[in-house]
Amino acid sequence: MTNRRAAYDDVVVAAPVTVPYIRYSIHGAHRFLARALAELMKRSGLAKHKIDGLCVSSFTLAPDTAVGLTQHLGLTLRWLDHIPMGGACGIVALRRAARAVQCGDAEAVACVAGDTNHTDSFRLNLATFSQFARDAVYPYGSGGANASFAFLTAYYMRTYGAKPEDFGKLCVAQRTNALSFPHALMKRRLTLEEYLTARLIADPLRLFDCVMPCAGADAFLVLRRAQAEDLGLPYVRILATIERHNAFPDDPVQYRGGWALDRDELYAQAGVAPEDIDVLATYDDYPVITLMQIEDLGFCAKGEGPDFVRRHSFTVDGSFPINTSGGQLSVGQAGAAGGFLGMVEVVRQLTGQSIGGVVSGARTGLVSGFGMINYDRGLCSGAAILAASQ
Amino acid sequence: MTSPLARPPRKNPILRTRVPTLPPGVRSRVALGLTAAAARSRFELQVCRECGTVQYPPREACHACLSHRLDWREQSGAGDLVSETVLRHSLELFFRERMPWRLGMIKLDCGPVVIAHLHGDCPPAPTRVRVRASLDRAGQAALIAIPEKDTPNMSDDRQLREMTCDPKFRKVLITDAKTALGQALIDALVAAGADLVWAGYAEPWKKPRGFDRLASMPQVSALPLDLTNSRAVKDAAREIGGRVEILINTADHHRTFGIAARNGVEVARTEMDINYFGLLRLAQEFAPAMRARAADGQSSAIAWVNLLSIFALSNFPPHGTYSASKAAALSLAQCLRAELAPAGVRVINVFPGPIEDEWNQELPPPKIAPAGLAAAIVDALRSGGEDVYPGDVAQEWLARWRDNPKALERELAAVSS
Repeated sequence: MTNRRAAYDDVVVAAPVTVPYIRYSIHGAHRFLARALAELMKRSGLAKHKIDGLCVSSFTLAPDTAVGLTQHLGLTLRWLDHIPMGGACGIVALRRAARAVQCGDAEAVACVAGDTNHTDSFRLNLATFSQFARDAVYPYGSGGANASFAFLTAYYMRTYGAKPEDFGKLCVAQRTNALSFPHALMKRRLTLEEYLTARLIADPLRLFDCVMPCAGADAFLVLRRAQAEDLGLPYVRILATIERHNAFPDDPVQYRGGWALDRDELYAQAGVAPEDIDVLATYDDYPVITLMQIEDLGFCAKGEGPDFVRRHSFTVDGSFPINTSGGQLSVGQAGAAGGFLGMVEVVRQLTGQSIGGVVSGARTGLVSGFGMINYDRGLCSGAAILAASQ
Repeated sequence: MTSPLARPPRKNPILRTRVPTLPPGVRSRVALGLTAAAARSRFELQVCRECGTVQYPPREACHACLSHRLDWREQSGAGDLVSETVLRHSLELFFRERMPWRLGMIKLDCGPVVIAHLHGDCPPAPTRVRVRASLDRAGQAALIAIPEKDTPNMSDDRQLREMTCDPKFRKVLITDAKTALGQALIDALVAAGADLVWAGYAEPWKKPRGFDRLASMPQVSALPLDLTNSRAVKDAAREIGGRVEILINTADHHRTFGIAARNGVEVARTEMDINYFGLLRLAQEFAPAMRARAADGQSSAIAWVNLLSIFALSNFPPHGTYSASKAAALSLAQCLRAELAPAGVRVINVFPGPIEDEWNQELPPPKIAPAGLAAAIVDALRSGGEDVYPGDVAQEWLARWRDNPKALERELAAVSS
């Protein structure tokens, strides 16, 4: 707690973009990233040569990296980053880009994340996801993160008394939010009964506990406030950010994430408290991780997540609005774009640009990220507190 | 608790024979250390030579002190099952065909957390379990957690059986059943619940004591089989090749002496004809059918056992040409293993020390008794390994060879001078 984190001054975030998700695509990741970038330029009014920084996240860009993308899309840049951090990539991209803009290494950084999804690409990604996954998880039959989150969920339920209904309530609330979000892939209302009786995937996880892989992209722009105002762009301010990797490695089963280490600095830097947060976006590939974020980000004590769920409604118009676009559980998980979905949604809510349900009077938002089930747990965590411009 | 395995029904001839699928078999080179130990039925993990940390998954450096000096050391496998799941869905065909599939997360007493296949008799988490490393059908090491204490019928567990080649209810060919080892194997396999044992024999005029009794057992069927005769091998494969689930090649021609004490190459040629070309003929005729029948339900072709010799690792000059023929057979067995791997048929190589028989008469004890060797082969089928070194001499020579193969060569040379 001795580090003094410099403020982000007049660096702002604008132009939240979501390229509509689709279940499968015959196209490459480059195409989705290009569409996100094109939409970003259209929305911001920035010509391509005015974007001098790029931050890319994608699982399906291989054999390219961000470097190959510069030539593929004809971009001449003076600042480039590639962030392979899955569900934490949105937070980390924001942190890197904001400092680059603040220090003058770039004027305007486009942060993009996206992936394609062919019928067999998810399996192939899983098989080669990491050395530990290939050596010590994938040969055991688990379909990606399903088994890992089944272990976490079973342990969490046993330790803290969470019931299937608690996770179900979150999933149902997010589906309700998704009904008014035009890009959500899951458009049918979900009842608690349907959630509880859906087919088992990896006990105790059932179908609606698991994200659906899909193709798509999201993007946002990091630039100086003055430039945003010149362009007439609504923007949000960056109050505070944190990131942490491989936190608590000695916990036998992951029941907390890096947020628990860093949240005091997060709120201290932002000058706000958990009760000041008007809208929250958690990383939600499985509902148990949302409960962990609610606890570790200080909205309730460790182990009180189930009780917290029972006390709130989580819908856009209810108490404690969360994942107001529907989250990945209802919009879909477009690979690395899953790490951006919450970011662009909170920016939309705080700038009055929501394309779905509106959290009325939202002034302060918290975006949380969680990524990379390398072996038995997620390694990357991060969070950012954003504030409306006035 | 596991219910005892039932004798499989006759195969429905109108059903398609399934094509074998395998669990994912790609591993990093460092992770093959686990496979190397599992091949000898041992559970070893990386231990840091500097700070003593035990770690898993395998790494290139110690995660505690960053030393790259890591040794694979045997571990007890005892630990706490901290969480578990039952997979109902998988993207891999091998597991899709075998759902549901139980997995556990175990905090080992020695430190690391492992993800492992979970035996059906393990109580729900939290509970104590034992973790073993075993070769899976892809031939790579996989971890399986079994109950802390043995349970009745535990070897019949559906998931455990995917990692073993238990002869229970299986049809087994012994290529030479008239030797002392061959006869002991018949007894051991019948006792282990084998459904049918084909007792191969090359020379009808040989009447070893006890063979008639063995051949008259209801589970045993005598089969003429001369491995030096290509046509005879082909005929045998035509007759039973489509039914053999476990093939145990016990044919062995063993004579003493090296080079200087011999005239001509006839003896060495016969050794090669049985020990090397015999294996080659068998493999050419029997392996294709076994490859094709590797996914035939409970009655699948599953294992091929080669009787080699510890002399295959390093030449024992007093039995020099025999050692050479066994070294050739070992090399061919590695080729066979590679060719059977895509079907998931396990090739088990057995490297005994000197057997208590007439051709090892002048070697000092300890020598392995035929019954002991037969028991070791049945144990190997029931375990998850693929390389077996039965008996004290084999274990000692293996340790000397692993420690320093050149030193062993010098030591064995000194025996002959």
